[in-house]
This record gives sequence, structure tokens and C-alpha cells, in this order.
Amino acid sequence: MSEQHVVITLTEIGKDFPDPANPKGAPRPALHSISAGIRTGVITGLVGPDGAGKSTMIRLMAGLLKPTRGTVRTLGMDPIGEAEALRHRIGYMPQKFGLYEDLSVQENLNLYADLRGVLGEERRVSFARLLEFTALQRFTERRAGRLSGGMKQKLGLACALLGQPRVLLLDEPGVGVDPISRRELWKMVEDLARSGLAVLWSTAYLDEAELCDEVLLLNEGQLLFDGPPKSLTDKVKARCMHVFGIEGNRRQVLKRALDQDEVMDGVIQGRNVRILLRDSEKHPDLARLGAGPDAGIRNVAPHFEDGFIDILGGGPGGESVLAERLTQIPLDGAVVIEAQHLTKQFGDFTATDDVTFKVTRGEIFGLLGPNGAGKSTTFKMMCGLLTPTSGTAMVAGYDLKRSGSAARQQLGYMAQKFSLYSTLSVRQNLDFFSGVYGLYGAKQRAAVEEMTEVFNLAQFLDAAPDTLPLGYRQRLALACAIMHEPSILFLDEPTSGVDPVTRREFWTHINGIVEKGVTVMVTTHFMDEAEYCDRIGLVSAGELIATGTPDDLKEMVAGGTRDDPTMEDAFILLVQQHAEERARTAKAA
Amino acid sequence: MTTPEASQNEPRLPGTGGVRGFMRRLHALCWKETLQTVRDPSSVLIAFILPVVMIFIFGFAINLDSTRINIGLVLEDNGVEAQRFASSLEGSPYLNLKRGTRKEMERAMMDERVRGFVIVMQDFSKRLEHPGEVTAVQVVTDGTEPNIAVFVENYARGAWQSWLGQRSLARGEEMPPDIQMEARYWFNPAAESRNYIIPGSITIIMTVIGALFTSLVVAREWERGTMEALLATPVTRTELLLSKLLPYYVLGILSLLLCVAVSVFVLSVPYRGSIVMLVAVSSLFLLSALGVGLLLSTLLRNQFNAAQAALNAAFLPAMMLSGFIYEIASMPHFLQIVTYILPARYFVTSIQTLFQAGDILSLLWRDMLYLFLAGAFFIGLSFYHTKRRLDD
Repeated sequence: MSEQHVVITLTEIGKDFPDPANPKGAPRPALHSISAGIRTGVITGLVGPDGAGKSTMIRLMAGLLKPTRGTVRTLGMDPIGEAEALRHRIGYMPQKFGLYEDLSVQENLNLYADLRGVLGEERRVSFARLLEFTALQRFTERRAGRLSGGMKQKLGLACALLGQPRVLLLDEPGVGVDPISRRELWKMVEDLARSGLAVLWSTAYLDEAELCDEVLLLNEGQLLFDGPPKSLTDKVKARCMHVFGIEGNRRQVLKRALDQDEVMDGVIQGRNVRILLRDSEKHPDLARLGAGPDAGIRNVAPHFEDGFIDILGGGPGGESVLAERLTQIPLDGAVVIEAQHLTKQFGDFTATDDVTFKVTRGEIFGLLGPNGAGKSTTFKMMCGLLTPTSGTAMVAGYDLKRSGSAARQQLGYMAQKFSLYSTLSVRQNLDFFSGVYGLYGAKQRAAVEEMTEVFNLAQFLDAAPDTLPLGYRQRLALACAIMHEPSILFLDEPTSGVDPVTRREFWTHINGIVEKGVTVMVTTHFMDEAEYCDRIGLVSAGELIATGTPDDLKEMVAGGTRDDPTMEDAFILLVQQHAEERARTAKAA
Repeated sequence: MTTPEASQNEPRLPGTGGVRGFMRRLHALCWKETLQTVRDPSSVLIAFILPVVMIFIFGFAINLDSTRINIGLVLEDNGVEAQRFASSLEGSPYLNLKRGTRKEMERAMMDERVRGFVIVMQDFSKRLEHPGEVTAVQVVTDGTEPNIAVFVENYARGAWQSWLGQRSLARGEEMPPDIQMEARYWFNPAAESRNYIIPGSITIIMTVIGALFTSLVVAREWERGTMEALLATPVTRTELLLSKLLPYYVLGILSLLLCVAVSVFVLSVPYRGSIVMLVAVSSLFLLSALGVGLLLSTLLRNQFNAAQAALNAAFLPAMMLSGFIYEIASMPHFLQIVTYILPARYFVTSIQTLFQAGDILSLLWRDMLYLFLAGAFFIGLSFYHTKRRLDD
């Protein structure tokens, strides 16, 4: 490794933005007094949930924002005062990669080369090197808009690398990209860092943090941790446990575990329950968890998320006040969601290709796959928002093609990013959603009142949803989807980009709801979220390539050097196996 | 580990700053903009299809000339004089005459089959025999459409006049000394309103497409996240702004030439000025039209909002207040003042001058000066609001 220099220093920087709810009032701080340094030769991860201040921090370093307090020095220069000189030396890839979709790969490169003054021999050499590096040689004539997510990401990186910058700032490069491309990009960036570049990689995925050399962990504008990820996970190393060999209901075990004083956090992980202890010496009483006679407890490798939760002071409790209010639906083992040979074509593009699955009552079923794999299309056909080209979608015994509205009455739907009407108040949102799901009169009033009480929303009733703290916004979105007591709940990317405490609170409710006999179907591209599901369908390029419990899927790829594969490992290997198989059958035919 | 200063002894990068850097970056940005425009079907639609469609709508739908009007005649008197008067009406090239009873004509007017009717009463001929008695003809028109009502009245009056003249001649009487008014319409001898409407409508068209082009382009960069990437490169404000003006200026001039060509060769509107003056005047006008769009796009950063605002801010005032359809002199005083700050006002008069009169510099220079000032104002304002950072 080459010698390391600190090339970006932040000294007690703060940044305020006008409060959208009250533009004339006091500005809201997006970053509070942060001091940190970024070194050459390593990948520094800027990690945190959405809205933590990651983009703001990167923009401060690139001179696109001016700090309200404190000083920033990038390559020894003031990013505002010496912007002109600095812009030639930093490579910056914004979210969505900053590419012109109407321009071809080569035209995008030409544009940025001209703008950055990469000319003559240097230009020729750079293009050749970057095209080879990104494996885009064959696609130079293709428009950027027609590239896959992974190829766009590489082209974005290539454009940012023109002019041989000393610093590479990447704002959420992993979003909208499949796990295979994400790993490829990571390797490329790692090589760049080893060759002496300073690389900042921002991400909301906590599993990416573990791969970084250095991590800056941001939450709500505060720097919670600065250092190698291992020093964070080391703090919780002895306190991460699996409760294994559980007989019966894992969700009940988790709920009881979270009630124990010794346990500070817990999640479901496949067929085990993962817990974080307050004290490595004090184990919870296994008998009180009701996990069955063969259950045991064992130490497992810590994750970055455990460390994050530890800093935040632990997760929420295991009790869902919402679920307590719901009427129990008898668990009769009936198939309530069923897709049979579901296919959807848009022109000559097959978004969903012959997908078949069944979900029984009281189950959490997840569709896992990268953006653009066809999850949303499948999902929309299951809730009757899209008509399949062929095949049938059945929900609660209704064929969506024939009796769509009867079926829709049975289901609740929560769209991505808690989509609520931002121009309506919280109360109006509750009224509206209960109304569209057919509640009226005294019944509607009672439902709104109940939700207000359960989720503690009374203080926010007249506020706009966007001004609510994230946790409350999430509760409101869930309240709107569940008020009419549906027997089936559809969740679209429910917790991506959310901090771990808020995510746990959400899943506590979902676990509670499922215990009451509600069936839940989730789409996610978020590997962590998949662990909460009873069963998962892996979706890749429109096809359902594997179905099973999270543990089944992991076991399918276990063995050899991979004794403890992650969900992401499983995904990548299964996609590759599937592609090979296809190639073989194509050859045979 | 060493201090940050270590990074400062780097070789200077080639091609930084200077006129050559400026030209290179500007060229790259303009080329990018051109490629985007050519590949986006909607810009072709705005530049070439929209103007032609609009010019045809303006050319055919808005017509201030009266063509033949349907008019009724109720002839209650069968005397010779009454018949003569009726044939004088019938002979008018501007009227389609329908005969019937009062009841029928009232009905016909309700159904808009006739726009008015003339009643020649029972004692018409008899009264004429007795000099000294007043003879009357009643004209009934539809007051809900005053414009047409006036036409009907005038045509009836005209027919009356010609009948009177013939009658005097037939009787060998001297016509009372009469002043005959003979109107000559200069520059537009046939008083064809199309010759006046089409040049005016080119103003509206150029206002709309100029504002639409630029209202989309800056907002598009913000929406697609490319603005951030551009801001992180050594691009300057001037380069950014010019690259958003130059390609659309060229496109605007092309659609203007198309409009003029369609007017002259398809709609047969005479054009008496020179192409050089046309391009000169239009260039000045395009500055402000593009400037308005650019300003809105820069401020709103959202394509939909910017396009909506551009349409309303450009189209409505240009239509209502430019003097193209509604005479400025007959507007209330404060509205007249408002029209002075409207670039369209100056373009309407100067392009009408070019079409109908020719290169009359004594008339054009003042309009051109105002157009230049307006253009400079809007582009200056866009420049002021073009940010080099995300938060300033």
C-alpha cells in the first residue's frame, strides 16, 4: 500500500438548511459540528440511513455547498474560494450517476473530457484505459439510457475518473444496481484506492460498511462513529448471539427475548433469532424464551448493524400495540395469494416471465431482487394495478382479472418511501385512506381514532406528513394501509434506507400483524430485509429463479470455501447458476 | 502520513482557463445540447410541427373580415318600390337573402340560420307616394353578437343607399349633393385581415416556442441529476448559460423562417422586407423569449412547472396585450402602461412593418432597441440566478 495522506479535512463543520415546514423560521441543521479526515489509499465509507446528511457532507467536500459553520479543506484548498482549481482534481459522481441518457457512452465521455480539459494524447490513453477498466468497449455507441444499472454506474465512474483526479467522491453508487454489478464496482474502486486515490463511498446499506477500510457513520446529522468498521464490531463481538434450534414460532421467541432485560436488540434471521446482549456475561434464561427443548444459544460474528444499534442504545421492544387491536384471523392453512404462470410483456420486453408461487395464510413472503428485475411488475399484478399478459393472479380466492375490486377490498397496500399525500394533514390522510378503503360514518371515525391512539399521532394530527419524524411517518403510512383491517398486506420496499431502530419498530408491527393471521407480501432489493421473511422468491431478469426459506436458499450455495454465506452470496450464486443452466439448455436445443 | 500541503505540488493540468478552454467547454456543451434536442422527438414537435399547426389555425380560424352573411327579408308590401328595394338587397355581394314571414324569420334568427332580418312594412310603397311622410324600414339583429349585428346593419344601410340612388336616377331627379367616401387601404389594398393577422401570429408562435424550449432545458438537468455533475466540473456560469441559449436560438430562427415561408408560399401573405432585417429583428426578440423560459427554468428547477409557467407567462400576455388582436389604444390606461414592458408588443409592430411595408428603419429602430433591452434584462436576470453552487 502506498503512503497515506489526509487529503480532506473537516473541522467542526455544520450545515443548516431552511426548514421546509417553516421557511421563515429558524433553519434546520442537516449536519452538526463534524470533524473528520479522508485519506488516500483507502475506501472511506460514509454510512447512514436516508436523510442522515451523507449527500450534504459530500457536497461540502466538492464545493457544491458552503458550510454554515467550520472549515473544509479538500486537497489543501478551500472548496468554495478555490473552486476553479479544485474542480480539476476531484472526481464526483452524484446520485443517479450524472449521465446524459440521450447521449451514447462515447458522447458522454467526450463531453466530460472536454469539460475537464482532457485532450490530445492524454485523452486517447484515458479513454482506452477507462473503457477497458469498465468493460464498456463493446458499448461505446449505445445510449446511456439503454444501459443496465450496473453499466450506467461504471460509465458514471469512468466520467468521474477523467482527468486523473486525486479524490473520488461517490454518492450512493450502489443504489439501483444489482448485487453482482455492485461487487464488480467495489473491486474496481478498491483497485483505484490501492493505487493511491482517496475514495469516499456513501451508502445506506450497512453491510457495505463492513467492506470499507474506514467508516464515518452518520445519523441525523451527527457523526456516531469514525474509524475502521472492525473497531465498532469488536465492541459487540462477544454480545452477538443466535438462539438456534427453535421449535415452534420464531416470532414469539423474538417477542419474549426482547422482553428480557438482558437483551438490548433482536431480529429474526432465517430460522434463528439473533440477539444483542447488554452484557456478554449475562445470558437470558432460555426457558423463558419458550424456544423448545433443543434450543441453544451461541456466539456469532458481529455485524456493523449490531454496532450501530449498540451506539443508538438498543432496539425497540417486541410488543406491537397495533397487532393487539386486530381481530384474530384463524390460521386455516389456506392459500391466499397465488400466481400461476404470470407473465407481463411491455412491447417486446418481458418484465415478468412465467412466475408461479403460492403464499399461505399468516405467512411473510418476500420477492427479492435488484431494481429492474421485475419485482414491481409482479407485485403490481398481484394487487390488481396491472393486468397480466397471460397467467392468473389470485388474491383471497378472487381472480384479479375478474373481480379486482372485491379482491382489493381484502388487501392493504403500502407504497415505497411511505407515500402519503404531502398537501393533506395527518388527519386528512387518515380520513382519506379509510374512505377509499370503504370505511364511513361511525366506523370510520372509530378507526381513525384508534390509529391515532395506537400510534400516538394525536400531537401531529394537523401537521403535514413530511414534517413528521421518520418513525412517525412510517407509523402513519402503516396506519393508512391497515385501518380497514385487510387480511392481506402488500409492502413495497418498506424499510430501505431507514435507520435500524425505525426498521425494527416496523418489523415488530409486521410480526405482530402476521401473528394475528394477516398474510404479508413484501418486495425488497435489500438483502437484510429478506431475513425477516418466512419464504423468499428470488427474482432476476423477470424470472423467479428460486423459492424457499432464507436458510434454504443460503444452504443451496453453502459448501466449499463458503461455510456461512450471506443472503447476498446466495443471491449472486443462484443468479449465476441459473444463467449457466440457461446457457446449457440453449446449447442443447 | 504527511500534511495536506503535499498535494499542492502537482503538475498543472493542460487546457485550464483562457479563451481556448472557454471555447472548448462551450462547444462541448452546445454539442451535447444539440444531440439531446435532435434525439428528443418533443423538441422537433415544438420547433417544426407546432408553429405550422398554429399558423394554420391563426390563418384560417381568426378572420376579422365579414364574408357573406345570411340575412332575412320580410316583405309585407308588394308594391313596386318594395320589390325594387328587395332586389337591391338581393344584389348585394355580401348577403345571402332568405325570404319569409316575420314569424319564420324570428324563428330563423333564434336558430342562427339568419343573423338578422329586414322588414319592409305594409305601407312602404304607399308612404313613398306622399312626399313629406317618413318611410321606414326595420332592421332586426341579434344583439348578443354585436360584431355581426353591426355588419348586418351596415349592409342593410348600404343596400338602402344604393336603392335610393337608383330610384333618384330612374325618376330623373338630381341626386342631393352627397359626399362619397372612398377608402383606400394603404399597404394592404384589399384590407385582407389575414395579411395583418399572420405576421402578428408569428409573434405569438415565437413567444410560445422560445419560452417552451428553454423552460425545459435547465429544469431537465436538475431533475435528471446531471446539473450536479456539471457543477462539479470546471464549467463556468457564462458557459452554462450560453450553452442553453445558442442551440435554441438557432432552432428558434429555423422555426421562424419556416413560419415565414409557410405564410408567404402557402398562405400567400405578401412579405415586403428583407431576410436580413427579419433575422435581425427576430434575433433580438428571441433573446427575450428564450430569456423568459430560461429564467423560469432556472428558478423552478422542475420541467412541468416551468413549462406551465412559461406558457402562461409568455402566451397569455402576448395574445392579449401585444396589440396583435386587441388594439392597445382602446385598452384602459394602466393596461397600456403594462404593454410597454412586453417584448411581444414591439415584435408585433416590427414584424407587421416588415411584412406589410418593408425595411422601414425609421420605424424599426425604436422597436429593436426595446427588444434588445428586454432580452438583455431577462438574460441578465437568468445569469444572476444561475448558481455555481447548490445553496447560494
